[in-house]
Amino acid sequence: MADLSVKVAGVSFHNPLIAASGTFGFGREYGAFYPLSTLGGISCKGITLTRRDGNPPPRIAETPSGILNAVGLQNPGVDAFIRDDLPWLRQQNTVIIANIAGNTVEDYCQMAEKLSETDVDMVELNISCPNVKCGGVQFGTSPEAVEDITSQVRKYCQKPLIVKLSPNVSDIAAIAKAAEAAGADAVSLINTLTGMRIDIHTRRPVIRNNTGGLSGAAVFPVAVRMVWQVANAVRIPIIGMGGISTWEDAVEMLMAGATALQIGTVLFSDPYAPVKINEGLNRFLDENHLESVTDLTGTVKPYI
Amino acid sequence: MKYDVRQLPLLSNAEIAAGIFDMRLRWQQDDLSVACGQFAHVYVPGKALRRPISVCDVSDGVLRLVYQVKGEGTKIMSQMQPGGTVDVLAPLGNGFAVEKGKRYCLIGGGIGVPPMLYTARQCDDPLIITGFRHESLVILQDDLKALGETLLCTDDGSAGVGGFVTDLLRERIGEVDEVCACGPVPMLKAVAAVCREFGKPCQISLEERMGCGIGACLVCAVRVRQNGEEVMQHVCKDGPVFHAEEVVF
Repeated sequence: MADLSVKVAGVSFHNPLIAASGTFGFGREYGAFYPLSTLGGISCKGITLTRRDGNPPPRIAETPSGILNAVGLQNPGVDAFIRDDLPWLRQQNTVIIANIAGNTVEDYCQMAEKLSETDVDMVELNISCPNVKCGGVQFGTSPEAVEDITSQVRKYCQKPLIVKLSPNVSDIAAIAKAAEAAGADAVSLINTLTGMRIDIHTRRPVIRNNTGGLSGAAVFPVAVRMVWQVANAVRIPIIGMGGISTWEDAVEMLMAGATALQIGTVLFSDPYAPVKINEGLNRFLDENHLESVTDLTGTVKPYI
Repeated sequence: MKYDVRQLPLLSNAEIAAGIFDMRLRWQQDDLSVACGQFAHVYVPGKALRRPISVCDVSDGVLRLVYQVKGEGTKIMSQMQPGGTVDVLAPLGNGFAVEKGKRYCLIGGGIGVPPMLYTARQCDDPLIITGFRHESLVILQDDLKALGETLLCTDDGSAGVGGFVTDLLRERIGEVDEVCACGPVPMLKAVAAVCREFGKPCQISLEERMGCGIGACLVCAVRVRQNGEEVMQHVCKDGPVFHAEEVVF
């Protein structure tokens, strides 16, 4: 029985699996399958300063080995989250990460300030949502913008701060460095890749927002590459995500340089994926005579 | 509330009309653990999303899912062979609320007909109206006849009477207390309009492309009017059945 626990920015997780924001709501639904302590942590559905209804449907379409989605940050707002969901989440014996998104830098700062007064464990700065008209990814696509918003939010955020990176950039390492320089305690990547599909019979995009975010196994190789590039560029811990579906994927992402992992899309086909991935990780560590899951982080042996 | 994914033995999976299949699975729980109008989220090997299929019937330990082959996922489902098992997350959602002592008119259009069978099983002497585009698509008539009076129509008159379910509803709505319907959105809108005209309550089952199936991912949104305010609800968890007057089409 290997040690699956990991530490990210001083926060201890009893295993490296974190539910990815947007796939897991505020946890209640998946809590009807298994205790949420099955997971090391939960990154909650992205919240905004005030309630958002999100985009009109259809909001999802299946693609080869993946899905395209454009929910558009439907959420009840930060105050409702703190009042209605956080107390319940706090009792689930797992790390609680609040994922925040905004229209303006001030929105992010206000939310960070509010959340700093709660018992949430960490804050994840969502500057990579591709599905909202205003805000979201616009803060995450240049090193200057990332440095600016991270340093502003840092002033108000008393919690460990994770910056969630968009893969829709030309130089992910430069973006990660900018987050690190501005005071981020960790980075998480990748958010979804912007994609589009068209129904050839109606000539309409298959989702109402025209474009959406691609996730699932299809994006996994892109995610591994980006995590590896970022691991070579920063010293802060990396939470790796993007299409992790099996325990082998989890091992691979850790080897690329991740300290912890987020899983999302796989939950839709197999709600029990976290249980299976943890079991597989444990077996792999035992078979390879490794005591801790942290022994895998960044151990890829790249060709020179 | 507790969810479970189960591996259900596949008993049969026959084509009952053009492109429409009748999947029968061994249901090891109590028949009554499933409410009418609920759905099953079916795992399709190799696919990122499950397929939400309405429960057609649960009787004597057999769960029936009648579905139309629409794309790759349902095509794979149609090729599943008896003797194997199917990975099913069920039952999910809020179904039709049927009360004893009320007479219901149950309306199904096309592939919206299957859930009306199990719904009919929960009703006393229902009036069942089904409509299809063409006789080649007509399904479940014998099953429905065993549970109530049935009226059949097709768009082109190739089976039953020619016309729409709303034509038949108008003639008979005076005999019933409430209407439950499942089918394409234009049909549901038309049924809701007739019910409003005659002052009868109406429940409708909606469809929307779905992700998790349990209310976590928020993709299957539907705009609903509640307490004078429009809010987003979700077909998988709040529905699939809604009060027609609350739905903002």
